[in-house]
Amino acid sequence: MSKKTDALRRFSGWVNGETAGHAAVRREAARIEHKKLLPELDEQQRIRLFSWQYKLVALVVCLTVVAVLLYTVFHLPLFGDPENPAVNEVVQRYVEDGLEETGAVNMVAGMILDYRAFDTFGESSVLFLAVTSVMMLLLRDARNIVRDEDVQEEHERVIERQTSDIILQKVTSLVMPCIMMFGAYVVLNGHISPGGGFSGGAVMGAGLILLGASFGIDKVRAFFTMKTFRRITSTALLCYAASKAYSFFTGANGLETGIPLGTPGAIFSSGLILVLDICVGLVVACTMYGFYVLFSRGEI
Amino acid sequence: MDLHAFLTKAVSLRFEIAAVILFGIGFMNLMLRHNLIKKIVAFNVMDSSVFLFLASQGYIDGRIAPIAREGIVGAEHYVNPIPAGLVLTGIVVSVSVSAFFLALVQRLYKHYHTVDFDEIMIMAKKKVD
Amino acid sequence: MSIIFELLLILALIICAIAALGSRRLLVTVVIFMAYSLIMSIIWALLQSPDLAITEAAVGAGVTGILFFMTLKKIHALKGTKDE
Repeated sequence: MSKKTDALRRFSGWVNGETAGHAAVRREAARIEHKKLLPELDEQQRIRLFSWQYKLVALVVCLTVVAVLLYTVFHLPLFGDPENPAVNEVVQRYVEDGLEETGAVNMVAGMILDYRAFDTFGESSVLFLAVTSVMMLLLRDARNIVRDEDVQEEHERVIERQTSDIILQKVTSLVMPCIMMFGAYVVLNGHISPGGGFSGGAVMGAGLILLGASFGIDKVRAFFTMKTFRRITSTALLCYAASKAYSFFTGANGLETGIPLGTPGAIFSSGLILVLDICVGLVVACTMYGFYVLFSRGEI
Repeated sequence: MDLHAFLTKAVSLRFEIAAVILFGIGFMNLMLRHNLIKKIVAFNVMDSSVFLFLASQGYIDGRIAPIAREGIVGAEHYVNPIPAGLVLTGIVVSVSVSAFFLALVQRLYKHYHTVDFDEIMIMAKKKVD
Repeated sequence: MSIIFELLLILALIICAIAALGSRRLLVTVVIFMAYSLIMSIIWALLQSPDLAITEAAVGAGVTGILFFMTLKKIHALKGTKDE
């Protein structure tokens, strides 16, 4: 009984952000040491005077910007007006010829994955770049591991393995298959119903995060390692680039693509949009889970 | 413009005015708060306000969502789908930038043991001098 | 009739933004920010853009909130007292 309450007290301490005793003391000492670097009293007064001027200038600039924008907004055409200048012949072409040319029932998906697929490629690259930058900042390797942080990580892992939350695990084991199935459904039906690659990928990524948070990251690492992550993201982006390069090549030279458009409303329709949806969905799911595990543990 | 026409126009342009007000709130807090986490939340509020402004330019009264249906053909029955496509890209880029900012905040905390912007600037200058 | 609902949602949006940035505790800031994302997702659904509604609900209220909480734990700001 006392062992259980002891483990429970350590677990609640970990949730509240308290750490092992000596590490917290050392952190406080480091913080006090750093506070000694703050300047003396008259220099603090000089900084406070400067901050008063900075606040005034910032307030004036912000109010000017908001006033100019409000004045401009009142000259806009009314909301929901069909004679809006934003509704021009581009919208006519996308909505009326979209179904025949792309075969997608969802016009937004047909637009971002067929007419304007290059922008979506740029956006997938931004996601990939973001996870690479976060890896550069937070990945722990032999050169930047500090001794008490390592001890603290081991401590947290031991606590995580010992005190597991039964309600969370039971509910996760019931709900997780539904979440992954819903995410896969939204990705695969991106051209028929609302959704698409990004929405489905975010839902799948959130499902993986739930699995990692309730069962522990070591359980997820059984099937999702760094090698898997690298292979999936690189392959998905290259596959996207190859498909769109093929489309550009045949379109620019006036050739036929050779990929059938199928009947609108079926899953295997609309040419390459299904492949592109799957690629984007995989990149987004891996990126979201990669963010979570880099923030929590420091290694994928 | 008399008061009644002014109020009617203001109510009709409610989303755009809300977007500008949110942009102002986010901008002011981005410049005036000391805490780095609040600066990041203010930045996200500014991002969302710009998306609200863009997507509200695509709505047309009385029309339905841009999913093609049986029998309803023609561009005068559907909402403008182009701004929705632009905002979809923007939402995903916004979460990427937020994640990068938060990773930077973690590294700054590990180095300076504080999340207060003024203290970090002072300590950084002291360390360089 | 729907204009009143939209005006109420816009008012809730502005109040959430002011409350999130004016609170003293960082935990309260992040939670109100997740509520702000949720109201934004409902507004997308009202503007007849279901793609944006699903994406904002999954990404804004879900993943961004989780990343904020992980960062708050790493900077030791979750103790329930004033933020640092």
